[in-house]
Amino acid sequence: MPKDGIGASIKRREDVRFLTGTGRYTDDINLRGQSYAWFVRSQVAHGKLNKVDTTAAAKMPGVLRIFTAKDFEGVGGLPCGWQIHDRHGKPMLEPKHPVLAEGKVRHVGDPIAVVVAETEAQARDAADAVVIDIDELPAVLDMKAAVAGGPLVHDDIGSNLCYDWGFVEENKAATDAAFAKADHVTTLELVNNRLAPNAMEPRAAIGDYDFATDMHTLYTTSQNPHVIRLLMGAFVLGIPEHKLRVVAPDVGGGFGSKIYHYAEEAFVTFAAKQLRRPVKWTATRSESFITDAQGRDHVTKIELALDKQGHFLALRTETYANMGAYLSTFSTAIPTYLHGTLMAGTYKTPHIYVNVKAVFTNTVPVDAYRGAGRPEATYQIERVIDKAARELGLDPLEIRRRNFIKADEFPYQTPVAVVYDTGDYDATMNKLESLADLAGFEKRRAESAKAGKLRGLGVNTYIEACGIAPSHLVGQLGARAGLYESATVRVNATGGVVVMTGSHSHGQGHETTFPQVIAEMIGIPVESVEIVHGDTANVPMGMGTYGSRSLAVGGSAMVKATNKIIAKAKKIAAHLMEASDADIELKDGKFSVAGTDKSVEWGAVCLAAYVPHNYPLESLEPGLEETAFYDPSNFTYPSGAYACEVEVDPDTGHVKVCAFTAVDDFGNVVNPMIVEGQVHGGIGQGIGQALLEHAVYDGNGQMIAGSFMDYAMPRAGDLPFYKVDHSCATPCTHNPLGVKGCGEAGAIGSPPAVVNAVVDALQRAGKKVSHIDMPLSPYRVWSAIQNA
Amino acid sequence: MPKVTMRVNGREVSGEVEGRTLLVQFLREGLGLTGTHVGCDTSQCGACTVHVNGLQVKSCTTFALDVDGAEVTTIEGMANADGSLSVIQQAFQDHHGLQCGFCTPGMVMAAAALLKENPKPTEAQIRHHLEGNICRCTGYHNIVKAVLAASGQDVSAIAAE
Ligand code: FES
Ligand code: FES
Repeated sequence: MPKDGIGASIKRREDVRFLTGTGRYTDDINLRGQSYAWFVRSQVAHGKLNKVDTTAAAKMPGVLRIFTAKDFEGVGGLPCGWQIHDRHGKPMLEPKHPVLAEGKVRHVGDPIAVVVAETEAQARDAADAVVIDIDELPAVLDMKAAVAGGPLVHDDIGSNLCYDWGFVEENKAATDAAFAKADHVTTLELVNNRLAPNAMEPRAAIGDYDFATDMHTLYTTSQNPHVIRLLMGAFVLGIPEHKLRVVAPDVGGGFGSKIYHYAEEAFVTFAAKQLRRPVKWTATRSESFITDAQGRDHVTKIELALDKQGHFLALRTETYANMGAYLSTFSTAIPTYLHGTLMAGTYKTPHIYVNVKAVFTNTVPVDAYRGAGRPEATYQIERVIDKAARELGLDPLEIRRRNFIKADEFPYQTPVAVVYDTGDYDATMNKLESLADLAGFEKRRAESAKAGKLRGLGVNTYIEACGIAPSHLVGQLGARAGLYESATVRVNATGGVVVMTGSHSHGQGHETTFPQVIAEMIGIPVESVEIVHGDTANVPMGMGTYGSRSLAVGGSAMVKATNKIIAKAKKIAAHLMEASDADIELKDGKFSVAGTDKSVEWGAVCLAAYVPHNYPLESLEPGLEETAFYDPSNFTYPSGAYACEVEVDPDTGHVKVCAFTAVDDFGNVVNPMIVEGQVHGGIGQGIGQALLEHAVYDGNGQMIAGSFMDYAMPRAGDLPFYKVDHSCATPCTHNPLGVKGCGEAGAIGSPPAVVNAVVDALQRAGKKVSHIDMPLSPYRVWSAIQNA
Repeated sequence: MPKVTMRVNGREVSGEVEGRTLLVQFLREGLGLTGTHVGCDTSQCGACTVHVNGLQVKSCTTFALDVDGAEVTTIEGMANADGSLSVIQQAFQDHHGLQCGFCTPGMVMAAAALLKENPKPTEAQIRHHLEGNICRCTGYHNIVKAVLAASGQDVSAIAAE
């Protein structure tokens, strides 16, 4: 194993500041003269907004100004970044998402007014004195009711159906025909439960404005500061890029929820200019529950057609996907291109047709949450396969193996548009079988039975499309941005390297892993490489971090820039050694002339670049700094096989996860310790979804799981130690590092394993339970046992 | 406004506070000790955990006035005198017990309190003790492993690096 380059589990350098309390998160920043914003939010899910009376509030101590929708006339709405076309080629319905509610409120938490005051306590006190006159309207919550003529969330667009999407529409006839001829059809109706992302750092934003230079600065809890600069500058506030700086400092977790452009960011930026004072806002956790975009919330019917031997013939789904009250930044792409394209899974299914109806309801907007569309796809596929195996009397591993795309069949064109470059699904399944000791399950089951517990085993596979994405492809599919990444590599005169990357780290450890790559390429110690990210003033461009794309796309940009650096440095070295460029080799930080003993150190070449006394100035510029943009030619396709063992208490319905094993193919791995940590975290969230979490609303549209007292976040006692493995690597063929991405795998692959295990436990106990919807709370499991 | 005086990380400090000022607000805004975090408003997440007179408390649920005269330790006071990481902090780094770092100060403070009263806790005791501290990033695997390691127990048999 290399000491500190690619493949080494070196410790994280960012840890020191986090472990000593010296990190710098947005709420830790205080600007001179700062004022505080407090939002007055709708307490009803749907209503006509008659009047906002701020008279009394405005007279309260410390109040500087109170803003309402009137102040935002002429300001744009928060944009949606992806336009979907429906089955008939018609563009989706796209209602305005105002910064502050105009005329109507559409979900609990919709912002109506904002008080800005000298202190946060004063702003909060005055917010209580703002009088809101609302005529409450019936809320529409159920998606099927919403499209079947329920109350309109947006009167002006005339429907609650955002789009009715078919994928691939041309596959529909052949898919239906295959079903008509099939020996066996397995059908399953299921719900993918709505989740609250709950990064532990609540969102926060500080707006600052410099009157003398007309410069706006926004500090925000974002996974992608450049994207915020683009969306807010171009679509909402009309500020050109060179007058707007967005800084995302240390960010305390994102999981998708900090990708999007939110009203509070636009507000503080706008208000700072109006007031000529910095304006700071920090969400309470209660506010996070009613304003952070939530995840999942699909209602699906899936059908799988098989022959007598269990070969898959066709797959057909119909999904209702909740958009919530407004279209969040990426919302429309999640149930479509990040979900429909994954419906082949790891299997050869000749005909697939996916139908998705995206629906407006009076709930918090829904967008990407760790996995984003891919967990929903995986869950359906792996649940229906398990059910089919049971119906046909096949072993759950065997039915999967029988249908796997084989290792020699790559690249593999699926019927849902994407081409998988590499993979070896038999290898990961075999590895899982041994690592999880599936052979020993019966013995463990007998032990559990002695203790009165029902033990079950669930297995599944997953595939995901990561490293989003080829810009020309996503452009055709409706994306309103490119999805490349950029990096600037700056080599200093004394040989130290600074990399400015458009990727953003909010827990992923880029400050540690990215230097490992550069150190390996040049042959210098990792300590000589520093990473700069999260500031539009310091990084040329960036699309940010989500969709497990940082290393696959951002890392590739960095490799490209470093290759340019090395090419130029070789020319300088050639000059210094009076040799030809083509003969120069770089190894262990030393340039040498092939076949001779002449050499020159990395540091000497760097110095020559900046002190060019002996330098080929007629053909080469001084300096050593290069920028590269990398636009991937395909997605990457991490995959894996997961196993979960549970014990169900038949008296209470309580489920205990006894063992969880994850075998992943991430291609090449830069820092195994960090990769495993990513998988652990994803599994924790996946088990949370399967057993505990549910962002649930009552019939009036009140979020009744709106705090950590009500929303069951997984805690240490709910989870086991995990076994993880990434040794079955088939490197990606189209990026320079051969990496695939690991950030979301755990959250994608784990929910079906847990549910399959619980159903297995009940079936083995003779209970005819074929499905339970997540979260598998004790009550749901107990009820299923009672009703079986 | 009333005045409070306390020793924070060994240093005597005082300041004026409102009756409703929380200890965490006094630490973060009054003293600039921003290592103590606020992750919730229902006393559930433990990001705000500090020690008051040697006991683990949630500073988001404690009024600053109530700790007048007390000895308070925050994450900023946990490193060794020479600035190097303490055994617990070092174990978190060695075993990758943190990702985004937001829950970390609270986790370290909670772990330190546990190890003081129970120097060799079992896995189950650690998981139980951390019930009041939520981490969204790590799935707890490496946090539990770090606490085991910090207590001097052999963690080589626990899967992964
Ligand atoms: S901030 Fe104190 S428990 Fe959450
Ligand atoms: S490390 Fe991010 S919440 Fe624990």
